[in-house]
Order: sequence, then structure tokens, then C-alpha cells
Amino acid sequence: MEELANLFHGFAVALQPYNIMLMIIGITLGVIIGVLPGLGGANGVAILLPLTFSMPPTSAIIMLSCIYWGALFGGAITSILFNIPGEPWSVATTFDGYPMAQQGKPGEALTAAFTSSFVGALFAVVMITLVAPLVAGFALRFGPAEKFAVYFLAFCSFVGLSKEPPFKTIAAMMMGFALAAVGLDSITGQLRLTFGVTELLNGFDFLIAVIGLFGIGEILLTMEEGLAFRGGKASINLRVVLQTWRELPAYWMTSLRSCLIGCWMGVTPAGATPASFMSYGIAKRLARRGNNFGKGEIEGVIAPETAAHAAGTSALLPMLSLGVPGSPTAAVLLGGLLIWGLQPGPMLFVEQKEFVWGLIASMYLGNLAGLIVVLTCVPVFAAILRVPFGIIAPLILVLCAIGAYSVHNSTFDVMLMLVFGVLGYLLKKCSYPLAPLVLAIVLGDKAEEAFRQSLLGSQGSLGVFFSNGLVSTIMALGLVALFWSAIQEGYSRLRMSMA
Amino acid sequence: MSNPSGSGPTHKTLELGTALLIGVFGLIVIFGSLKAGINWGAEGPRAGFFPFYVGAAIVVASAINLWNAQRDDDGRLFAEWGQLRQVMSVVVPTAIYVGSMPFIGLYVASMVFIAWFMRWLGGYRWLTVAAVAIGMPVVTYLVFERWFLVPLPKGPLEEWLGL
Repeated sequence: MEELANLFHGFAVALQPYNIMLMIIGITLGVIIGVLPGLGGANGVAILLPLTFSMPPTSAIIMLSCIYWGALFGGAITSILFNIPGEPWSVATTFDGYPMAQQGKPGEALTAAFTSSFVGALFAVVMITLVAPLVAGFALRFGPAEKFAVYFLAFCSFVGLSKEPPFKTIAAMMMGFALAAVGLDSITGQLRLTFGVTELLNGFDFLIAVIGLFGIGEILLTMEEGLAFRGGKASINLRVVLQTWRELPAYWMTSLRSCLIGCWMGVTPAGATPASFMSYGIAKRLARRGNNFGKGEIEGVIAPETAAHAAGTSALLPMLSLGVPGSPTAAVLLGGLLIWGLQPGPMLFVEQKEFVWGLIASMYLGNLAGLIVVLTCVPVFAAILRVPFGIIAPLILVLCAIGAYSVHNSTFDVMLMLVFGVLGYLLKKCSYPLAPLVLAIVLGDKAEEAFRQSLLGSQGSLGVFFSNGLVSTIMALGLVALFWSAIQEGYSRLRMSMA
Repeated sequence: MSNPSGSGPTHKTLELGTALLIGVFGLIVIFGSLKAGINWGAEGPRAGFFPFYVGAAIVVASAINLWNAQRDDDGRLFAEWGQLRQVMSVVVPTAIYVGSMPFIGLYVASMVFIAWFMRWLGGYRWLTVAAVAIGMPVVTYLVFERWFLVPLPKGPLEEWLGL
């Protein structure tokens, strides 16, 4: 049980007082980020990433990943209390959470949401602990062709699994690849696509894109609705918490199913948002009181919250073991690894044991700390929401500007951020997905490198991607994912004509 | 969110415009790749090899999106003019804020920006405005420059104050 020993060593790292302090700061910031409109997990982490440049990498990732857990928890607060999803993955939580709050049961709904989030996350972390070392060990044998095949699979899954039109997904993703290609070519050292603009020598930084697309874009979307914002009150006391906890075990089947859906959707880069919807939909169909869903059924809170948190957490599995992030926030964390000088991917488990296991241990502790923080501090976080948007909005914009500037100490980046913001507003309104765009900017150079190295080995023949069983299987899976919607349509047409 | 009584640009127009914009971007990428060289050189595929196909994919995908966009016309509005005015009332000042940053520094620019936003869009009392507009940059200075040692752009005022 070498893993177990590693994990205990990881706990020793995570339990250092400095790291525990960062954990609690991270969770608190994360919940605030999750509660506020316009600040999401991905761009919250992106803004704060520059602050961690001087920290040891393990402490830095503990703080940043805790911001992520906090944001996952925080999204539920606004959904239940104000019917305003703070994050896209908590939209499904509003369906039953808000009615519950209106029926005078906000405490029950919040407790159920937080506890389910914790259960989902715990399930995913246990899975990561058990599976990630195996996957990483397996991936150590990957050559460039296999590496490219994994990227191919990840990006094809986006096209097949996202609910946006496939060609919009492709367009958004390819824009990301193109932006990643700008600047110095990592293999030949040649400049490309800069058109003589010196600011573009180093290419586009994905952090700037994330802050612009998600941060500024979101603020602009919110501005459309005007500045009006309703506040509300909330309180949880111990009696309600204990009473709800007694009820929850009855829904173990829903929890388990949601955990599995969440883990699956998180590992494939579908992400937390579709996982929460899917879990809600299935729970509604299978639950005994399914007809009551949407009117304040506690099971309708458990299902999406468990799945969203399981998906959000398990998105770190492919990031750690393969270097392919499963969500935009995981992509930002991966970018952080690169900045701290760590090479994400299977070698991490060999060369940076302390880092990997410290992070995994901090996931256990961070989620536990998160549960305690949100259960005890809900009134405080709800009070933040009563600060009007007219004050919050300029502060968030200034924070975004500071975050964008401090990535490279460049005011050009701040202007770029605004351009990305307007672009994000436009793309979002026209239902282009932003997650594949960001992921492509992060992974573009690595995918291209793997592609070109494979082609170098094979003297330019594309046959290298089908040269052995492993790489052919991954590529075939990728192709199935790519044409998934077409396959589904064909299948249902076939059934229609048979009937 | 579409209000039949309000007027504004249709969703179709914006959809077409966005698809066109992305298509043009794809063409620029193809053009740039051609300049970098898309064939094989001594060291294997040249710098423009990969981006060329990426650019081609963007153009093809945009052409299909363009076709889809002009086919379905549901008369839906993209947004009402009033809503767009709200959005522009953030974009324009933010652009001025961002543009002025290299000259007057982040702190002064932020103060003016926050004050403007709160006073004209939020309609707050001057006292509240002053508290937030001055408080935020001060907190920022302490957290970023003092605690985390991250330097932020400064202008003539900070120089005069000797910070």
C-alpha cells in the first residue's frame, strides 16, 4: 500500500498550520466568489493566481483548489435563497431549492445542498485517490501519438457532449487553438501570427482570456438586466441541521447515482453543469415522488448538488494524471502548475509526490472545512448579497483589471482582457460555449507539440494515430464522441422507421 | 427576456455578424500560417502547419454556422436598445479606465472609475461613493503591494506621494 503511505504523508503536508490557514482563506474567498454574480470559480482562481507566484507550489495549489471548492459550495446559497444561480452548475439547484426556501424551509434546503456537495466531493476524492495513480502509471508509457490521442478524445467529447450546436463548439475550440498558436513556435523557435505586433510575441495568455471571457463577459450580461437586485435573509441552526441529516440517509440511492453521474461527467470534460442537469433529470424520472419535483422536494436538491460537486472534483483526475483538465477551473489550475514550474501529467506522480499527495489530502480536508464554514457562516454570506450590484460591479471590474495586469505586469493585457470580455458577451449571447475555447488556449501548444512529434516519427503519415491497439482505441473513442450527436440522431431515426 | 414591445437588433443579425467575425478571424489565421510556412521543412512540419488547419476548420465551421443562422429566423431580439445601452454604459467607461491606466496608474484610474460607476449608474450619496472609491484602492495597495509584494502600475500621483 504505497499509495496509503503517500496519502498519509500528504495529510502531514496539508495539516501544516500555514496550509490550514490558506485552506480556510481559500474556502472563504471561494464561497464569496461563488455567491457574487460575475465572479466564478474559473476567473476567481485566475485573478488570484498571481498572488501565489511567490508561494511554494503545494501551498499555492491548496489555496487555489480550496477557492474552487468554496465556489462550488457558494453557488448553492444564492440558488436556494434568491433563485439566482451564482454559478451555472447550480441552476438545477434552483428548481427545488428555491421553492423549499419559499415554503419556509431554507435551512433544510441549504443543509441538504451542502451535505450533498460534501458527499459528492468525498466520493470523487476517494475515486481520485484510488484511480489517479493507476491512470498515471498507465499513462507513463504514452508516446507522443497516444498523448495527442488523449487530447483528441478530450476535445471531441466537448463537441459530442455539449448542448450547444456542434459547429459552434468547433468554432470556439479552434479559436482557442489559433490563439494558443500565436507567438513563438515552441518547436522551430519561429515567430508566427504576430503580424509584427511586439506585444503578441509571447502569445495570448489564457489567464487574460479567462478573466475577460468569464469575468467581464458575465458582468456585461448581468448589466443587461439592470442594477436591481433583491436581498434576503437566511439562518441555519443546529437543530435544523441535525434534523435534515437524519432525513438524508433515506436518499442514499439518489446520492450514489448522482455521485456516479458526476464522476463520469467530470472525468470526461463535460463538466459540472451538464452533470447537475442530468442527475436532476434522472432523479426526477426515478424518484417515488418525482411528480413533486420542482415544488420543493429535498431529493431535487440532493441530486444536482451531489453530481455538480462530484463532477467539479473529479475534473482534477485527468488534470493530475494525464495533464488534460476536465473543466475551465481545472484548466486554470493546470496553468498554475506550468507557472510554478511543474509539468502536469503522469510524471507528476513520480517526481512531485509531495505536491500531488498534499493536494489530494487537502481535497479531503478542504471539503470538510468547506462544509463547516458554509454551515456556520450562511448568514454572513447571504449578507454579502445584500450589497447592491452598483457597488459590487465596479469593484469586480477593478479586481479583474488588477488580476489581468499582475499576470505579466502589462497594461496591454488589461486592454486585451476588455476585448475578451466583449467577445465573451457576444459569444455567450450567441450560445458559443466558452469552456472549450479556454481549454484549447491552455492545451493548444501541448496538443500541437504531440501532433507534430508523432508526425515527425512517422514521416508525416497520419497512420501513426492508428499504429497500435492503444492509440487506435483512444482515437476511435474520440471519433465516436465527435459524431455522438449524429450517431444518436441516426439511431433514433432508425428506431422511428422500425416502429 | 425578449419583450415584444421593445425594439432592438434581432438575434439573427448578431448571430450572422458573430459567425462572419469568427470566419474573418479564421482567414487571418490561414493568412498568417501561410506566411510562417505550412509545408515540411528540415525539422519536420513548419511553424504554420498546425495553425493552417486550425484556421481552415474555423472558416468551415463559421460557414456552417452562418448558413444555419440565416436559415432560422424566429424574429427573436438579441437585446433591447435599453439593455444594450446599459451594457455600453459599462463597456465605454471600462475602456476609458483601461486606456488611461498606463498614464495615470491603476490607483487613480480605479478611484475615478468606481466613483463614476457608483454615482452615475448606482446613484449613491457622495459620502458612500467617496468611502468605497478611496477605500478600495487603499485596501488593494495594502494587500497587493505590501502583503503579497505584487507591484501594480503607478502614475504621477504615487510618484509625488513617494509610494
